Amino acid sequence: MSSDETVDSGRRNLLVASAAVGGVAGVVAAIPFGLSMLPSERAKAAGAPVEVDISDLLPGQMKTVEWRGKPVWIINRTTEQLASLRKTDDLVSDPKSEKLMQPEYCQNETRSIKPDILVAVGICTHLGCSPTEKFKTGAESGISADWPGGFICPCHGSTFDLAGRVYKSKPAPDNLEVPPHMYLGDAKLVIGLDKKA
Amino acid sequence: MSTINDGLKSLLGWVDARFPLTSNWKSHVSEYYAPKNFNFWYFFGSLAMLVLVIQIVTGIFLVMHFKPDATLNASGVPIAFASVEYIMRDVPWGWLIRYMHSTGASAFFVVIYLHMFRGFLYGSYRKPRELVWIFGMLIFLCLMAEAFFGYLLPWGQMSYWGAQVIVNLFSAIPLIGPDLSLWIRGDYVVGDATLNRFFAFHVIAVPLVLVGLVAAHILALHEVGSNNPDGIEIKKKKGADGIPLDGIAFHPYYTVKDIVGTVVFLAVFSIVLFFMPEGGGYFLEYNNFFPADPLQTPPHIAPVWYFTPYYSILRAVTYPLFGIDAKFWGVAAMGASTLIIALLPWLDRSPVKSIRYRGPITKVLLSLFVISFFILGFLGTKPPSYEFFGMIPGAPVAQLLSLYYFLFFITMPVWSSLDRCKPEPDRVTSK
Repeated sequence: MSSDETVDSGRRNLLVASAAVGGVAGVVAAIPFGLSMLPSERAKAAGAPVEVDISDLLPGQMKTVEWRGKPVWIINRTTEQLASLRKTDDLVSDPKSEKLMQPEYCQNETRSIKPDILVAVGICTHLGCSPTEKFKTGAESGISADWPGGFICPCHGSTFDLAGRVYKSKPAPDNLEVPPHMYLGDAKLVIGLDKKA
Repeated sequence: MSTINDGLKSLLGWVDARFPLTSNWKSHVSEYYAPKNFNFWYFFGSLAMLVLVIQIVTGIFLVMHFKPDATLNASGVPIAFASVEYIMRDVPWGWLIRYMHSTGASAFFVVIYLHMFRGFLYGSYRKPRELVWIFGMLIFLCLMAEAFFGYLLPWGQMSYWGAQVIVNLFSAIPLIGPDLSLWIRGDYVVGDATLNRFFAFHVIAVPLVLVGLVAAHILALHEVGSNNPDGIEIKKKKGADGIPLDGIAFHPYYTVKDIVGTVVFLAVFSIVLFFMPEGGGYFLEYNNFFPADPLQTPPHIAPVWYFTPYYSILRAVTYPLFGIDAKFWGVAAMGASTLIIALLPWLDRSPVKSIRYRGPITKVLLSLFVISFFILGFLGTKPPSYEFFGMIPGAPVAQLLSLYYFLFFITMPVWSSLDRCKPEPDRVTSK
């Protein structure tokens, strides 16, 4: 094609500069479109805390409430169920809950404020399915003969113990999230709000 | 009579002086020379076009009645879900149009998988058809996106939880993952914002890209010419008129052949449409007849059949690597399993293209590949705890077959060049 002598370098530079400026303008113009897909102000505002009455929740029972569109489980664990957590210590990948999947006040053996009451977001940390409760122990659970009770995710088979801790070598990387929560009296629970806030 | 003919001729002349109508008709249809030895496998390109038209036409009519709205109506049913039921029950012939669209989605993948397998058989991706293949792979990706976005719209249980899983796949990407999946959903959970944008993608954005890619696929094909079951170039042997000796005009020869294919296809399509529109739970999953419930995942969720081989590969990865979660590697493996197909033109080093002249290694490995693809697909429809005959656990089988899936491609440069091939014929053969 044309040799270097025939190129008008002034015009070439102008061409490059205007193409660059045009390109930048194009990218800048795309930004509002990209940002328009982020959660709207209305979506951001719709995260109000939820109050739950747990006076009717007997040991061994579970209740599901909706908070920020997600299922939150409240489980009243029996003494045997709490005892099973010591057995599962060796089977779960993060027995001491070192990863911050819970507020500080729940970073304990039972992952809860009151030892028997577990509050956890019922969303698998793998790909967001809601695990199914498998409180029946042993072979009856259909999982294994020594199943101590817990949860299994129907999507990819991750299993969790009764403190929402994930078993080793399962697709889910983390324990179930414990949402911020606090008690207003003995039987009234607020999810989505704690004393710090 | 002759005056009408003369009138038409002068009209055509008037158009041709202003628009390349006749010249395009000639170069793409009446004087596009295709090899004369096309067989059964060559029906699926034109059938894919037919299904695309069915999907676009039925889609337009569905949009007239569908409402992409996740809020609950007065009876507590999500409006989107209710509008699909309204189409099925109250809109005149709505059931037919909706079933055509949902059956069409599965038919699309049947036809495309067979169309792609034809490429595997006869080396249709080899030089000079690399771009034809790459445009084809982009069409395949668009099709998967289209199917995924469309599946959310009825807002049933499988719609909801399927979208939840797939969008969460993106959150596995280190650093940007969680923000990326938030951006895709437009909310902290799959919700009304997600439904509306998926509707926009499904009815306008992806179809536009899809149609453009189909045009590019065909233009690239017509530039280099079609491959054939013998995998030899008909352009190497031309007659005095410059027309390949083994070429026949696309019209009327292949238009007529494709009409036969169309009729047979439509017969099969109608049987499914009228007698088993749910496809035994594989085309329309039973759980999707329940409205979306964000608090409860169905006891068993599985993608629609056409995604299940890749879903199996996703589930097969359960080990963290380099300090990154297993779920990221599962996602990466699933992505790689579709993208690696695009590299075929450069992975295949065989001196011949067609399976007809390739040796035993190719035949054995390709057969194993097809079998493992089917088994992966089957396992993807089952829960992770599935056991064959109640004794062979499915999960390690899926891991083994996923490994084979990748080894088949990665080691292809070696085994394809080692294979003992037969000499190719000079001219196409008809069997």
